[in-house]
Amino acid sequence: MKLKQLEGLLGSIQQFSNPKVDLEQYPTGPHIASRLLYTAEDTFGDVDGKVVADFGCGCGTLGIASALLGAEYIIGIDLDAQALQTASTNAENLELDIDLMQCNIKSLSWSGRVVDTVVMNPPFGTRKKGSDVVFLSMAFKVASQAIYSLHKTSTREHVKRVAFRDFNAKCAEVLCELRFDLPQLYKFHKKKEVDIEVDLWRFVP
Amino acid sequence: MRLLTHNMLACNIKGVTNGYPLGLEAEKWVEKEVDFNADFLRGVFPKIEWRALVGAARALGFPDLLPEDAPDPSVLSSSDDFLRRFHRALLELHVEEGALVCPETGRRFPISKGIPNMLLHEDEV
Repeated sequence: MKLKQLEGLLGSIQQFSNPKVDLEQYPTGPHIASRLLYTAEDTFGDVDGKVVADFGCGCGTLGIASALLGAEYIIGIDLDAQALQTASTNAENLELDIDLMQCNIKSLSWSGRVVDTVVMNPPFGTRKKGSDVVFLSMAFKVASQAIYSLHKTSTREHVKRVAFRDFNAKCAEVLCELRFDLPQLYKFHKKKEVDIEVDLWRFVP
Repeated sequence: MRLLTHNMLACNIKGVTNGYPLGLEAEKWVEKEVDFNADFLRGVFPKIEWRALVGAARALGFPDLLPEDAPDPSVLSSSDDFLRRFHRALLELHVEEGALVCPETGRRFPISKGIPNMLLHEDEV
């Protein structure tokens, strides 16, 4: 599948109907999601035929993108029942099989290393400090092959330090910088639309 | 929820040490065909907890789908029949309604519309 095609299909996905600010629910747009998964598959072969976990899957965009690129088994995990229902409908509409689970990433308890690749757009930790690192910590416990994650560019040095020092990453590299355009979802957003610079990271556990 | 997911999941209540495998109560399940991928099955086989998978298949009413004890890995290249059964158990059976049950505490985690709810109460975190 070509990048443009992937982005087009992801554009049809239904997003949060009622986003919850305390969970930092921002939709992962088709532009960013398609680039994340396309790079993971095309450059590194981390998706096709693999077991992929989508942490904080929300409406399922990254998990669905993984399925479209040939992942054998996908499990999406989120705290929010409403978002999971939307994810389920989104997957059904595209005739994809995705397992979903309602769980707090912080208290996920998995045995073994069945998951090859973790993909995630974690909360950036602007509402609850450190929540992106909580996600990262769990991803390092679960993934056997690679982790793809988005973090604010302003936190680059911190993320790098944490990955090597706390999680013993074999490799941690920024693949590219992306712009996360946040539409005005919440009342506290003063501007109509805000661009946030984010890094697309690839970690090897 | 398919049985590969069940195979990974342990009870996440704080202090529980024998939370694996979770018991499975299936009130409703469905079967959906998935493309057969032998390479995937061979790769994932060594990572699967066999007794948990056999127990889960039993809970869905398939006592003879899989052998009781984990077979020798040579069966992965010698028996197409085994691979087909393994494929079916792991990837094609979906639990729609039911519960996962912690073997230590008996706490039930409901499965509704195919989605297990592993959220903890405040005193379990």
